[in-house]
Amino acid sequence: MITIRELRKVYGPFVALESFSEEIQAGEIFGVIGQSGAGKSTLIRCVNRLETPTSGTVVVDGQDITALSGPDLRRARQRMGMIFQHFNLLSSRTAAGNIAFPLEVMGYSRLQRKARVEELLALVGLEGKGNNYPAQLSGGQKQRVGIARALAAKPKVLLSDEATSALDPQTTRSILDLLKDLNQKMGLTILLITHDMGVVKHICDRVAILEKGRVVERGRVADLAAQPHSRLAQDFFPQRSQQPLRSGSLRATIAFQGETANQPIISRLVRQFDIEVNILKGSIETIGGQSVGQLQLELSGAETEAALQYLYQQNIEVEVHDGSPAFEQLVDSHP
Amino acid sequence: MDPQLLSSLWTATLETIYMVSVSAVLAALFGLPLGLLLVIAAPKGFLPNPALYQGLGSVVNAGRSLPFIILLVAIIPLTRLIVGTTIGSTAALVPLTLSAIPFYARVAETSLLEVDRGLVEAAESMGCSYWQVIAKVLIPEAVPSLVLGLTIMVISLIGYSAMAGVVGGGGLGDLAIRYGYQRFNTQVMLITVVLLIVLVQIVQWVGDAIARQMRRR
Ligand SMILES: Nc1ncnc2c1ncn2[C@@H]1O[C@H](COP(=O)(O)OP(=O)(O)OP(=O)(O)O)[C@@H](O)[C@H]1O
Ligand SMILES: [Mg+2]
Repeated sequence: MITIRELRKVYGPFVALESFSEEIQAGEIFGVIGQSGAGKSTLIRCVNRLETPTSGTVVVDGQDITALSGPDLRRARQRMGMIFQHFNLLSSRTAAGNIAFPLEVMGYSRLQRKARVEELLALVGLEGKGNNYPAQLSGGQKQRVGIARALAAKPKVLLSDEATSALDPQTTRSILDLLKDLNQKMGLTILLITHDMGVVKHICDRVAILEKGRVVERGRVADLAAQPHSRLAQDFFPQRSQQPLRSGSLRATIAFQGETANQPIISRLVRQFDIEVNILKGSIETIGGQSVGQLQLELSGAETEAALQYLYQQNIEVEVHDGSPAFEQLVDSHP
Repeated sequence: MDPQLLSSLWTATLETIYMVSVSAVLAALFGLPLGLLLVIAAPKGFLPNPALYQGLGSVVNAGRSLPFIILLVAIIPLTRLIVGTTIGSTAALVPLTLSAIPFYARVAETSLLEVDRGLVEAAESMGCSYWQVIAKVLIPEAVPSLVLGLTIMVISLIGYSAMAGVVGGGGLGDLAIRYGYQRFNTQVMLITVVLLIVLVQIVQWVGDAIARQMRRR
């Protein structure tokens, strides 16, 4: 639905975004996450050409956005909705007036606007709030108006620039649920920018991590979460234990996903091998509709090595991060 | 109180209201587009035009720095050209309006610049043309601030209109100078001062009320 090729944006000598390429499928929720200044807004603003890229192309629903200008560009923008961190609602218009705005711009008649606005208010759960001015709405309600406004012209693509960053955790969740719902009901494709891992965990199918304008990690959220050494996993799961290691033992993080998350791995290990297992930390999360978990274990005993081999064979991601040189060697020699 | 004095106080009040209201309306009518032009032609505006921006900016500054009393006298030939006379309330309208236009141009410029950039961006993301952004976003969102600016302008026009006596414009200020100052009539002096204060208060109060009403939403 959105094809981005070798997108690059510079401000004078400063490179804000470097060779970004991505193929975002129809009906997908794609997240871009990164620190402040990483180039996230630059990226999303290049997609609807609020910013003109220095080079590269953006194709949305078969139309090359980078080649457009004037009225054609404006029409193309009308086929994408956008929501913002600070909502950007007109204070001089009611909620209904704000939602009607894009329809007015596109030349809908008053009657058509009225019907569509009612529909949209219901869609975002704001029935009866149409006559409130933005100042009379809570943050979450304002963002609902923003979403209704963005969807007024029935776009296939929604761009979201930090849409939940100004909201409290509970309201954030309700807005994310709404977006997920719209995504599933209408097949809406969402490109979403955030600096909050929780948002990625909650609704994104795939993610790219931006750092200083470059992608440093990308993939399916559930897959990345299941790789102990991925940045995503390190952010999702608790910090590693810093306690000193007991002699003769080693410390490892195992990660599992889907089916394996539901199997009694630890009890099998202990039953089959002559080892002791001590669980230091661990958690299981539902990410992208899948169970993904990580356990930090301390292993000791005669058959530790064999136990690790067993884990590898079960297709469980194992990362040994503290142990004797012999174990380090074992890990290194493993493909 | 002597009925003749009463009737000249009444006439003077009407003259002041006439001069101030007509010149305020005209100044807003010309000043707003000029302010808009400054915003559009600014380096970060929709259609940056350094020559226009600098040129217009200088004219506006020159207009604002010229003392009113000098403008009043200096443009007498222009006044004759426009309204066909150089004395009376109507003649005073020309210098009053001319001095208020640059003032309101700056007020409008500031008010329009105060509108959140995010709103302009949102409008652009919905496919608005420049004209739609101006008509549907910039101006409506700036209205409360434009009203407050108008209030300030009307109040300074009440002050300036007191000098209209120089061209025989009449009004409360003129009355105060002729009776109160030149004829040592303290009573008239006091009454006109009170009337001027009341006038200013009313304008301030109405302006604030309208702006507050619009900001509340
Ligand atoms: N118009 C501009 N002129 C010069 N530099 C700019 C401009 N816009 C953005 N930048 C720079 O580009 C970099 C990326 O900006 P961008 O707004 O994309 O960051 P971001 O990832 O969205 O950050 P945040 O999370 O703070 O919104 C920043 O270092 C910023 O200073
Ligand atoms: Mg940003």
